Amino acid sequence: MKAAVMAGLAGLLFALGLGMGGMTNPAKVVGFLDVAGAWDPSLAFVMAGALGTYGLLRKLIVRRARPVLAKDFPPAPSAVVDGRLVGGAALFGIGWGLSGYCPGPALVSAPVGGATVLLFVGAMLVGMGVFRAWEVLRAPRTSSQPG
Amino acid sequence: MNSFLLPLLGGVLLGAGASLLLLFNGRIAGISGITAGLLTPARADTAWRAAFVGGLAVGGVVLALVRPESFGPPVLSGMGATLAAGLLVGFGTRLGNGCTSGHGVCGLARGARRSLVATLTFMAAGALTVFVTRHVLGGVS
Repeated sequence: MKAAVMAGLAGLLFALGLGMGGMTNPAKVVGFLDVAGAWDPSLAFVMAGALGTYGLLRKLIVRRARPVLAKDFPPAPSAVVDGRLVGGAALFGIGWGLSGYCPGPALVSAPVGGATVLLFVGAMLVGMGVFRAWEVLRAPRTSSQPG
Repeated sequence: MNSFLLPLLGGVLLGAGASLLLLFNGRIAGISGITAGLLTPARADTAWRAAFVGGLAVGGVVLALVRPESFGPPVLSGMGATLAAGLLVGFGTRLGNGCTSGHGVCGLARGARRSLVATLTFMAAGALTVFVTRHVLGGVS
Protein backbone atom coordinates (compact mmCIF):
# COMPACT_ATOMS: atom_id res chain seq x y z
CA MET A 1 0.00 0.00 0.00
CA LYS A 2 2.72 2.45 1.03
CA ALA A 3 4.70 1.48 -2.05
CA ALA A 4 1.72 2.24 -4.30
CA VAL A 5 1.18 5.63 -2.66
CA MET A 6 4.81 6.60 -3.18
CA ALA A 7 4.73 5.35 -6.79
CA GLY A 8 1.61 7.45 -7.36
CA LEU A 9 3.32 10.50 -5.91
CA ALA A 10 6.38 9.86 -8.09
CA GLY A 11 4.12 9.65 -11.15
CA LEU A 12 2.40 12.90 -10.17
CA LEU A 13 5.72 14.76 -9.79
CA PHE A 14 6.93 13.28 -13.05
CA ALA A 15 3.77 14.47 -14.84
CA LEU A 16 4.01 18.00 -13.41
CA GLY A 17 7.63 18.17 -14.56
CA LEU A 18 6.71 17.01 -18.06
CA GLY A 19 3.91 19.57 -18.30
CA MET A 20 5.90 22.44 -16.88
CA GLY A 21 8.84 21.63 -19.12
CA GLY A 22 6.76 21.69 -22.30
CA MET A 23 6.88 17.98 -23.14
CA THR A 24 3.07 17.70 -23.20
CA ASN A 25 2.86 20.23 -26.04
CA PRO A 26 3.36 18.16 -29.22
CA ALA A 27 4.05 21.23 -31.39
CA LYS A 28 6.91 22.14 -29.05
CA VAL A 29 8.33 18.61 -29.23
CA VAL A 30 8.20 18.66 -33.03
CA GLY A 31 9.85 22.11 -32.92
CA PHE A 32 12.63 20.62 -30.80
CA LEU A 33 13.14 17.82 -33.35
CA ASP A 34 12.99 20.28 -36.27
CA VAL A 35 16.70 20.97 -36.44
CA ALA A 36 16.48 22.11 -40.07
CA GLY A 37 13.67 24.58 -39.42
CA ALA A 38 12.96 27.05 -36.62
CA TRP A 39 14.69 24.88 -34.02
CA ASP A 40 13.30 25.28 -30.50
CA PRO A 41 16.09 24.12 -28.16
CA SER A 42 14.17 24.68 -24.91
CA LEU A 43 13.35 20.99 -24.37
CA ALA A 44 17.08 20.25 -24.13
CA PHE A 45 16.84 22.08 -20.79
CA VAL A 46 14.17 19.65 -19.59
CA MET A 47 16.61 16.85 -20.26
CA ALA A 48 19.47 18.74 -18.63
CA GLY A 49 17.43 19.44 -15.49
CA ALA A 50 16.19 15.86 -15.29
CA LEU A 51 19.61 14.31 -15.91
CA GLY A 52 21.31 16.61 -13.41
CA THR A 53 18.72 16.00 -10.69
CA TYR A 54 18.33 12.25 -11.18
CA GLY A 55 22.05 11.76 -11.76
CA LEU A 56 22.95 13.45 -8.50
CA LEU A 57 20.15 12.00 -6.34
CA ARG A 58 20.65 8.53 -7.79
CA LYS A 59 24.28 8.51 -6.60
CA LEU A 60 23.13 9.36 -3.07
CA ILE A 61 20.18 6.93 -3.11
CA VAL A 62 22.11 3.84 -4.21
CA ARG A 63 24.49 4.29 -1.28
CA ARG A 64 21.68 2.93 0.85
CA ALA A 65 21.64 -0.80 1.49
CA ARG A 66 18.14 -1.04 0.00
CA PRO A 67 15.20 1.11 -1.09
CA VAL A 68 12.88 2.34 1.68
CA LEU A 69 9.95 0.10 0.69
CA ALA A 70 11.53 -2.63 -1.44
CA LYS A 71 14.08 -5.42 -1.12
CA ASP A 72 16.72 -4.22 -3.54
CA PHE A 73 17.76 -1.78 -6.20
CA PRO A 74 17.48 -2.79 -9.86
CA PRO A 75 20.42 -4.77 -11.23
CA ALA A 76 22.85 -3.12 -13.63
CA PRO A 77 21.33 -2.96 -17.11
CA SER A 78 22.50 -5.19 -19.90
CA ALA A 79 25.39 -3.69 -21.83
CA VAL A 80 24.39 -5.29 -25.12
CA VAL A 81 23.90 -2.94 -28.04
CA ASP A 82 22.09 -4.94 -30.71
CA GLY A 83 19.72 -4.64 -33.62
CA ARG A 84 16.66 -4.82 -31.39
CA LEU A 85 17.81 -1.84 -29.36
CA VAL A 86 18.66 0.29 -32.38
CA GLY A 87 15.67 -0.88 -34.46
CA GLY A 88 13.24 -0.35 -31.59
CA ALA A 89 14.62 3.10 -30.82
CA ALA A 90 14.40 4.01 -34.52
CA LEU A 91 10.73 2.90 -34.79
CA PHE A 92 9.92 4.77 -31.60
CA GLY A 93 11.70 7.88 -32.93
CA ILE A 94 9.63 7.83 -36.13
CA GLY A 95 6.38 7.66 -34.13
CA TRP A 96 7.64 10.38 -31.80
CA GLY A 97 8.58 12.66 -34.69
CA LEU A 98 5.22 12.08 -36.41
CA SER A 99 3.07 12.77 -33.37
CA GLY A 100 5.21 14.77 -30.94
CA TYR A 101 4.21 12.30 -28.21
CA CYS A 102 6.44 9.91 -26.33
CA PRO A 103 4.76 7.55 -23.81
CA GLY A 104 4.94 9.75 -20.67
CA PRO A 105 3.45 12.94 -22.11
CA ALA A 106 0.81 10.91 -23.99
CA LEU A 107 -0.36 9.29 -20.73
CA VAL A 108 -0.35 12.68 -18.96
CA SER A 109 -2.42 14.19 -21.78
CA ALA A 110 -4.79 11.23 -22.08
CA PRO A 111 -7.42 12.33 -19.51
CA VAL A 112 -7.56 15.92 -20.78
CA GLY A 113 -6.26 15.98 -24.36
CA GLY A 114 -9.31 14.86 -26.35
CA ALA A 115 -10.01 12.12 -28.87
CA THR A 116 -6.73 12.26 -30.82
CA VAL A 117 -4.60 11.67 -27.72
CA LEU A 118 -6.87 8.84 -26.58
CA LEU A 119 -6.57 7.24 -30.00
CA PHE A 120 -2.79 7.61 -29.82
CA VAL A 121 -2.60 6.06 -26.34
CA GLY A 122 -4.89 3.21 -27.43
CA ALA A 123 -2.70 2.53 -30.46
CA MET A 124 0.41 2.70 -28.26
CA LEU A 125 -1.01 0.08 -25.89
CA VAL A 126 -1.94 -2.10 -28.88
CA GLY A 127 1.64 -1.70 -30.19
CA MET A 128 2.97 -2.88 -26.82
CA GLY A 129 0.55 -5.81 -26.91
CA VAL A 130 1.57 -6.70 -30.46
CA PHE A 131 5.20 -6.78 -29.34
CA ARG A 132 4.34 -9.05 -26.45
CA ALA A 133 2.39 -11.41 -28.72
CA TRP A 134 5.22 -11.39 -31.25
CA GLU A 135 7.71 -12.31 -28.55
CA VAL A 136 5.56 -15.11 -27.18
CA LEU A 137 5.09 -16.52 -30.68
CA ARG A 138 8.79 -16.35 -31.43
CA ALA A 139 9.94 -18.02 -28.24
CA PRO A 140 7.04 -20.01 -26.81
CA ARG A 141 8.97 -21.57 -23.97
CA THR A 142 11.05 -18.69 -22.64
CA SER A 143 9.25 -15.85 -20.95
CA SER A 144 10.22 -12.32 -21.89
CA GLN A 145 12.16 -10.23 -19.44
CA PRO A 146 10.09 -7.65 -17.60
CA GLY A 147 10.61 -4.05 -18.63
CA MET B 1 9.25 33.37 -16.88
CA ASN B 2 12.43 32.92 -18.89
CA SER B 3 11.85 30.45 -21.69
CA PHE B 4 14.68 28.18 -20.53
CA LEU B 5 14.15 28.44 -16.80
CA LEU B 6 10.72 26.80 -16.90
CA PRO B 7 11.90 23.77 -18.93
CA LEU B 8 14.88 23.45 -16.58
CA LEU B 9 12.59 23.51 -13.53
CA GLY B 10 10.29 21.02 -15.23
CA GLY B 11 13.28 18.75 -15.75
CA VAL B 12 14.28 19.07 -12.08
CA LEU B 13 10.74 18.13 -11.00
CA LEU B 14 10.69 15.18 -13.38
CA GLY B 15 14.09 14.05 -12.09
CA ALA B 16 12.79 14.35 -8.53
CA GLY B 17 9.84 12.11 -9.41
CA ALA B 18 12.17 9.49 -10.90
CA SER B 19 14.40 9.73 -7.80
CA LEU B 20 11.43 9.22 -5.50
CA LEU B 21 10.50 6.02 -7.34
CA LEU B 22 14.08 4.76 -6.99
CA LEU B 23 14.40 5.73 -3.32
CA PHE B 24 11.11 4.22 -2.13
CA ASN B 25 10.25 1.53 -4.68
CA GLY B 26 13.71 0.66 -6.01
CA ARG B 27 12.39 1.05 -9.55
CA ILE B 28 13.57 2.78 -12.70
CA ALA B 29 11.11 5.39 -13.98
CA GLY B 30 10.83 4.03 -17.49
CA ILE B 31 7.30 4.91 -18.55
CA SER B 32 7.01 2.48 -21.47
CA GLY B 33 8.25 -0.46 -19.38
CA ILE B 34 6.04 0.41 -16.41
CA THR B 35 3.00 0.72 -18.68
CA ALA B 36 3.71 -2.44 -20.67
CA GLY B 37 4.02 -4.35 -17.39
CA LEU B 38 0.34 -3.60 -16.78
CA LEU B 39 -0.65 -5.44 -19.95
CA THR B 40 0.50 -8.75 -18.51
CA PRO B 41 -2.31 -9.84 -16.19
CA ALA B 42 -1.82 -11.21 -12.69
CA ARG B 43 1.59 -9.78 -12.04
CA ALA B 44 2.57 -9.32 -8.44
CA ASP B 45 3.79 -5.79 -9.09
CA THR B 46 0.65 -4.43 -10.71
CA ALA B 47 -0.24 -2.11 -7.81
CA TRP B 48 2.75 0.23 -7.94
CA ARG B 49 2.69 0.26 -11.75
CA ALA B 50 -0.98 1.20 -11.82
CA ALA B 51 -0.39 3.80 -9.12
CA PHE B 52 2.47 5.37 -11.07
CA VAL B 53 0.46 5.56 -14.31
CA GLY B 54 -2.51 6.84 -12.27
CA GLY B 55 -0.23 9.52 -10.84
CA LEU B 56 0.68 10.57 -14.38
CA ALA B 57 -3.00 10.89 -15.30
CA VAL B 58 -3.80 12.82 -12.10
CA GLY B 59 -0.88 15.10 -12.98
CA GLY B 60 -2.52 15.73 -16.35
CA VAL B 61 -5.77 16.76 -14.66
CA VAL B 62 -3.90 19.04 -12.21
CA LEU B 63 -1.99 20.66 -15.08
CA ALA B 64 -5.19 21.22 -17.05
CA LEU B 65 -6.65 23.04 -14.04
CA VAL B 66 -3.69 25.17 -12.95
CA ARG B 67 -1.66 25.51 -16.13
CA PRO B 68 -3.79 24.68 -19.19
CA GLU B 69 -1.16 26.15 -21.53
CA SER B 70 0.91 23.04 -20.78
CA PHE B 71 -1.09 21.27 -23.47
CA GLY B 72 -1.09 22.13 -27.11
CA PRO B 73 -3.31 20.78 -29.87
CA PRO B 74 -2.12 17.54 -31.50
CA VAL B 75 0.13 17.97 -34.53
CA LEU B 76 -1.55 14.98 -36.15
CA SER B 77 -5.28 15.13 -36.71
CA GLY B 78 -5.80 12.26 -39.14
CA MET B 79 -6.90 8.95 -37.66
CA GLY B 80 -4.60 6.84 -39.80
CA ALA B 81 -1.46 8.82 -39.03
CA THR B 82 -2.32 8.96 -35.31
CA LEU B 83 -2.85 5.19 -35.18
CA ALA B 84 0.39 4.54 -37.04
CA ALA B 85 2.36 6.85 -34.75
CA GLY B 86 0.90 5.23 -31.62
CA LEU B 87 1.64 1.72 -32.88
CA LEU B 88 5.23 2.70 -33.73
CA VAL B 89 5.77 4.26 -30.29
CA GLY B 90 4.26 1.27 -28.48
CA PHE B 91 6.02 -1.44 -30.47
CA GLY B 92 9.31 0.47 -30.81
CA THR B 93 9.68 1.27 -27.12
CA ARG B 94 9.20 -2.40 -26.22
CA LEU B 95 11.56 -3.68 -28.91
CA GLY B 96 14.19 -1.14 -27.86
CA ASN B 97 13.38 -1.68 -24.17
CA GLY B 98 12.76 1.93 -23.23
CA CYS B 99 11.70 5.40 -24.21
CA THR B 100 12.63 9.00 -23.48
CA SER B 101 12.37 8.46 -19.72
CA GLY B 102 13.97 5.05 -19.28
CA HIS B 103 16.81 5.48 -21.76
CA GLY B 104 16.93 9.28 -22.16
CA VAL B 105 16.92 10.16 -18.45
CA CYS B 106 17.43 7.17 -16.14
CA GLY B 107 19.74 5.15 -18.40
CA LEU B 108 21.89 8.11 -19.41
CA ALA B 109 22.17 9.21 -15.77
CA ARG B 110 23.58 5.83 -14.78
CA GLY B 111 26.01 5.92 -17.67
CA ALA B 112 24.57 3.02 -19.66
CA ARG B 113 26.10 2.80 -23.14
CA ARG B 114 22.94 1.04 -24.35
CA SER B 115 20.84 4.01 -23.32
CA LEU B 116 23.20 6.45 -25.02
CA VAL B 117 22.88 4.51 -28.29
CA ALA B 118 19.09 4.29 -27.92
CA THR B 119 18.74 7.99 -27.10
CA LEU B 120 20.90 9.11 -30.03
CA THR B 121 18.94 6.74 -32.29
CA PHE B 122 15.43 7.90 -31.35
CA MET B 123 16.50 11.55 -31.40
CA ALA B 124 18.00 11.11 -34.88
CA ALA B 125 14.99 9.12 -36.13
CA GLY B 126 12.64 11.76 -34.71
CA ALA B 127 14.59 14.62 -36.27
CA LEU B 128 14.74 12.82 -39.62
CA THR B 129 10.99 12.14 -39.49
CA VAL B 130 10.24 15.80 -38.78
CA PHE B 131 12.60 16.81 -41.58
CA VAL B 132 10.87 14.54 -44.09
CA THR B 133 7.30 15.35 -43.02
CA ARG B 134 7.84 19.11 -42.71
CA HIS B 135 10.46 20.00 -45.28
CA VAL B 136 10.17 17.27 -47.90
CA LEU B 137 6.48 16.32 -47.85
CA GLY B 138 5.34 19.73 -46.63
CA GLY B 139 3.28 18.46 -43.72
CA VAL B 140 1.44 15.29 -42.70
CA SER B 141 -1.89 15.39 -40.96
